[in-house]
Order: sequence, then C-alpha cells, then structure tokens
Amino acid sequence: MNLDFDAADLAFQGEVRAFFAEGIPESWRTKVRAGLRLEPEDLIYYQRRLNDRGWGAPTWPVEYGGTGWTPTQQYIFWSEAARADAPAQFHQGLELIGPIIFTYGTPEQKAKYLPGILSLEDWWCQGYSEPGAGSDLAALRTRADRDGDHYVINGQKMWTSYAHVASHVFVLARTSQEAKRQQGISLILVDMKTPGLRIQKIPTMDEKYHTNEVFFDDVRVPVENLIGEEGKGWGYGKVLLDRERMVSAATAIFLTQTVRGIREAATRRRIGNLPLIETPGFAAKLAQYEIEVIALQTMVMRLMDDAAKGANSGPRGSMVKLRWSQLTQAGTALWVEALGPEAAQFAALGADAPGEDMPYALQGALYARVTSIYGGSSEIQHNIIARRALGL
Amino acid sequence: MDFSYSDEQQMLRDSVDRYGAETWAASDRLKILAAGPEAAQRRWAEMAELGWLMLPIAEAGGGLGGGPAEVMAVMEGIGRHLMAVPYTTSCVLVPALIGGSAAGGELLERIGAGDTIAAAGFLEVDGGYDLHRVSTRAEHGADGWRLSGAKCHVEDGADANWFLVSARTAGGTDERDGIGLFLVPRTADGLGIETFRSVDSHRHARLTLDRVAAVLVGDAEGALPGIEAAVDRAIAAQLAEAVGSMEAASDATLDYLRTRQQFGVAIGSFQVLQHRMVDMVVAGEEARSMAYHATLNLDRDAPERGRAVAAGKVRVSDSGLYVGQQAVQLHGGVGISEELIVSHHLRRQMMLNLAFGPAEHHRARFAAIPA
Repeated sequence: MNLDFDAADLAFQGEVRAFFAEGIPESWRTKVRAGLRLEPEDLIYYQRRLNDRGWGAPTWPVEYGGTGWTPTQQYIFWSEAARADAPAQFHQGLELIGPIIFTYGTPEQKAKYLPGILSLEDWWCQGYSEPGAGSDLAALRTRADRDGDHYVINGQKMWTSYAHVASHVFVLARTSQEAKRQQGISLILVDMKTPGLRIQKIPTMDEKYHTNEVFFDDVRVPVENLIGEEGKGWGYGKVLLDRERMVSAATAIFLTQTVRGIREAATRRRIGNLPLIETPGFAAKLAQYEIEVIALQTMVMRLMDDAAKGANSGPRGSMVKLRWSQLTQAGTALWVEALGPEAAQFAALGADAPGEDMPYALQGALYARVTSIYGGSSEIQHNIIARRALGL
Repeated sequence: MDFSYSDEQQMLRDSVDRYGAETWAASDRLKILAAGPEAAQRRWAEMAELGWLMLPIAEAGGGLGGGPAEVMAVMEGIGRHLMAVPYTTSCVLVPALIGGSAAGGELLERIGAGDTIAAAGFLEVDGGYDLHRVSTRAEHGADGWRLSGAKCHVEDGADANWFLVSARTAGGTDERDGIGLFLVPRTADGLGIETFRSVDSHRHARLTLDRVAAVLVGDAEGALPGIEAAVDRAIAAQLAEAVGSMEAASDATLDYLRTRQQFGVAIGSFQVLQHRMVDMVVAGEEARSMAYHATLNLDRDAPERGRAVAAGKVRVSDSGLYVGQQAVQLHGGVGISEELIVSHHLRRQMMLNLAFGPAEHHRARFAAIPA
C-alpha cells in the first residue's frame, strides 16, 4: 500500500510535464478553470497538438491510434494536464463513439472514421435524447426505415451538444417495432451535411451556445453506416460502461483547476485589510471544498488502481460522476461568491471591461448545473448504484 | 500507487475481523459492556496474546514494527465490531511518543505484552484542541522535574497506569517552543485523576497535577513536533476505525431495508430510502479513500502529513456522522434503542469526531497549512 509512482512512471511524468510546459495559452486559463469548454478552434488546435505527439487518444489501444497507456499513465497525463491549466479533451468522438466503432465497427468503418476522430477533422455529436426520451432513453421514437440500400431517418433529437460544430452525428433510431422497447433500435452514423437534417440552437441560461435540437426529415443514409447489427444498437453502449469509470475519473482530476480559480480570486479581493482568503469564514469554506476535492481525487486514484489490476470497481464510476458534478457546482458557486459585487457585472453594456474572471466564472457556475443532468442525472446514478451495488 | 493490503496485512485484517465477530458480537453487546473489569482485562490479554498490542511498536523496542498500513488493518476491525478498547492511545499514540527514548523502553515492552496501559494528556481547558497551548508548568529542581497544572481530557485515560503529559519548560502559553513531554505514573504524589465513561463506553480521565515528580522524555523544550506527529498517527488510526464502523452500520442498514416490511413490501423498495442508502455508501467510500490518504501520507514531511491528516479527519468525521445518523434514521424507532447496534455506531462516530479535535478544528488546521 503506497502512493508512490515507480521509476518508469516518474520518468513518464517528467515527459508529460515538459510537454505541457509550453503551448497552453494564458487566455484559456479562466475558462478551463471554470469548467467551460474552449472554443471549437482552440479544442481542435489542442487535439491536433496532442495527436501530433501520439497522445491523441489516451484511453485507446495502440492498434487504433491510441496511446495504449496504463491506467497509472493515464492518471499522470490528466493530472499534468490539469496542473498546466490545459483543457479536458472534447470527448464525444474519443470516448463515446470511437470505442463503439473500434469494438463493433467493420474494418471499413474503422479505417474511415477513427483517424478523423484522432485529428478532430471529424467532430462527432450524440443523437440520443429526444423530447420524449430523456432519462427514459428507450422511449425514443426517431425512425430509420429501410429503402433499398439506404435508411430513411425521420424524427427529432434534442440536447444534441455541439451539433452546430459537428461534422457527424451518431444516432439511435428505431428500425423496427418490438415488444421490448430496447429491441429494434439501431445505431447509425450520419454526415451532418446530409439533406433533410436541420439543427436549431437551444438558448441556455449560461448564455453559452452548446446545445441544439436536430430535426431529421427523410434523411437518407447509406446502409453501410449502420454499426453492428440492425436492431442491436441499444446493447453497444455496454462497451462504454466499463470505460465510463475512466471518463469520470479524467473529468474529476480537472477539479484542481477550479480550486486554483477560487484561490486566486479570493486572494485578489480584499475585505478591509485582509484578503478574502484569510477571513475565517471564507477560509473554512475553501478548506472544506478543497478537502472534498481531495476525497474525490483519492477515489479516482483507487479507480485507477482497480483498473490497473483488472479489478471490478463496481459502481464507483457512478459515484465519481455523482460527486464530481456536485463539486463542480459547489466550486464554481464558491468562485462566484469570491468575486463579490463584480459577479453581478456579467457583460459590459458599453466599452467597459468587466472584472478579471467575468463572465466565465458565472457562466461556469450556470453551466455546471447541467453536469448533474447530462450523462445520466444524479438521480439516475443513485438508481444505478442502488440496483448494481446494493441489489435494491 | 497501490491501495491494496499485502497478503500478510490482509490476513491480519481478517483475523481481527474474526476475533471481533466472536468476542464483540453485536447481539451480545449489552452483556459484554456490562461485564466489568475482569472481562475487559481478559480480552486485552487475548489481544496481547495475538500479538496485536506489540504490532505498532518498533522492533528495536521489542515490538513487531508494524507500519501505518498494519495499524489500519487492525483498526478497521476494531471499528467494525466496536471494540471499546484503548488501542489507539496505548498501542499507537504512546509508542509513537516514546519509541526510541531512554525513558520509554521498558514501558513499551510492558504495553506490548499487555501488562500495562498508558495514555497521553495534552488538552487544557482554555486551549481548544491546539497541542501547543500548554500552560501546565514543568520546573526543574534538585530532585528532578515537577509538573503543576491540569489536563482537561485524557483520551482512554481511565485505566492507564502511566500518563504522558505535555508541560511548559520555557516561554509563554501559546508558543510552539518550550514544551517538554513527561512520563508520570498513576500512583504519583500530587496527581489527581477523575475518571469518566463516555457514551461509546470508552473510559477517559482528566488530571490535576500539583508538583508531581515526572521523568522527561526527549528534549526539554522541543517536544511539540514529535507530539504532533504522534497525534497524527493516532488520528489516522481512528480514521480507519471510523471507516470500519461506518461500513458495519451501512451493512446493518442495507440488511434492514431488505427485510423490514411496511405497507406490505420491503422498505428497500422505496426510492427515497434507496437513494439515502446510496448516499451512505458513497460517504463510506469517500471516508475509506480519505483514511488511505491520511495513512499513506504519515511518513511525509510535517506540512504534507498535517494537511493530509487534517483533510482525512474532516471528511471522515463528516461522513461518519452522516452514516451514523442515517443508519439510525432508516431503522426507524428501533434505531434509537440500546439493543440495536446502529445506535452504538452513531455514538462511537460522535466521539471519534471529538477525539483529537473535531472536523471544525482540523478544517482550520488544513486552511492554515500552505499547499
């Protein structure tokens, strides 16, 4: 039992730290710390820089262009990225559809799609949720009807993050009506430029454009864009279950950035003669927050250790997702509190510049609210843990 | 990076767990607690026989040289079965205080053999939980050191034959320098001992000292860093105890949710109770993580160790109180009864929070140590 890295891992840590010592623009810092995604062009630049180094897909096997890193190496990589105020990689291609393609795709599909994910020439978005199918995804109604060597897709998707940037969407659609709702659903890859596909922005309370509705009106897609077997699409998500602990872990590691954001804001602001951070009330709140972040980081390290030993983590991936969303919300809220009156000055009306961390700190606090809703809401995570771990 | 017990450590953990299940069965708890001092002495002798009392003592001091992970393995079982024994103080704290000292050698051997018990008194009535706020005076005269003052709480001190006491040899009450550590026998002239039972059946003491003859342990003016390091070891041990207790309380509660019938169904079928149970288990996982974090940082330098132990104490206290309270809540009326084990877990969690400073104290301590 120990917290130490071995010599090879320490050498790797040095290599990663050197890589991150440059090429991370100052202008990214506040956004990244507030848990906000960078602008698409910045994420594309970052992904290409990683990919040029051979580090485009930290969790993928080598044969598909991944790094083949051990869980400990992945942990080190993310920790160093977080330390350097680098962003988390945009993950819908990398973590959601990429692994499904390399697990269930045909050789042609792998050759066609995987390189574009690594270079971010292809930006994937996820067409799962619908107006009537949120937490109850199996209620989805979008149809894909076979017509010769095409599927014709009709229906509406919702909460499609970054559809306005994406070149491709992976869609769950009903290819037949079955008694069991999870059957008869197929997973189909769609080029966003296909005629009949239309997107519409969903304005959100954080005033950041990140999500959309997507409408399909007789969208014709070649049958070779089907992943795996027709009607079996629901099951392909299973490959992600085992991987999701790593995705949750990676995200949670970046919370140390939020701690730095709060700390700097609370050091800058003075209340009388004292920096806010030295006032007992705020110091106690920040200490509590940091301690809870340490607890989550240690849970993440235990997940990594399980993964390295090939051990089952049970529902700890769900636990990390649950606690991470609570802490990203609490952290950004504390940051806003640290800003004081400045937090009310969200956007300039004239040529005046708002405060140093604005609008990102507040935008981050608002955006954070969605983290306990997306990817399985906190309530769904509770259900999952109750069922899988406790047998209730 | 490795969070697993070695095979030997796992065997130790299992044997403490087995011993606890046999000797401290939850169903016999009231009888065990009522059984009087001979039974307690017999159980302590059994633990000595099994080698557990000498486990944390260095090999040079006649012990087995067990490290933080071995102590953790023992403490989990002590917590799981709520063994009300002075293990943390006599077998972890005291050896960490006096190990390697001339004054302590023979005493440690006797502690390890189960022949004697020692405890440590640091806290003073106006000093909060700060170990450096010492106003008890030590004066050196022709016949050696004499201590005068009072210690308002000695954890597990009621049955101790020896007391380690901090006293000021120089400087003002709040200074970090000028503190010495002294050894005092229970029978010393001028030593007043009042004893108390706490709600978790641990047995504590408070002391008054009136020109009590004492033996100096180590440096007369520089004892504080060693005291702080030793107390951090004791805290880490109790974090593991708290985790063991939390997991046992959660297990008992989960069992109850599955079997207790109301409205014609098992109450575990109600979503609100399922989610509460999940929160208890998540709290237990966080606490276990923090027990590792504190324990595995014990051998780092003082600031890093202090931050890790303080952080561990805060989160384990938060979690332990939550789990204890919810275990009682989810059991409903019977949760508050003496008969059910969950009320004993809650009481122990409340006292563990207080021991060596509650969460609030350690939150402030954490905030004061630069990262």
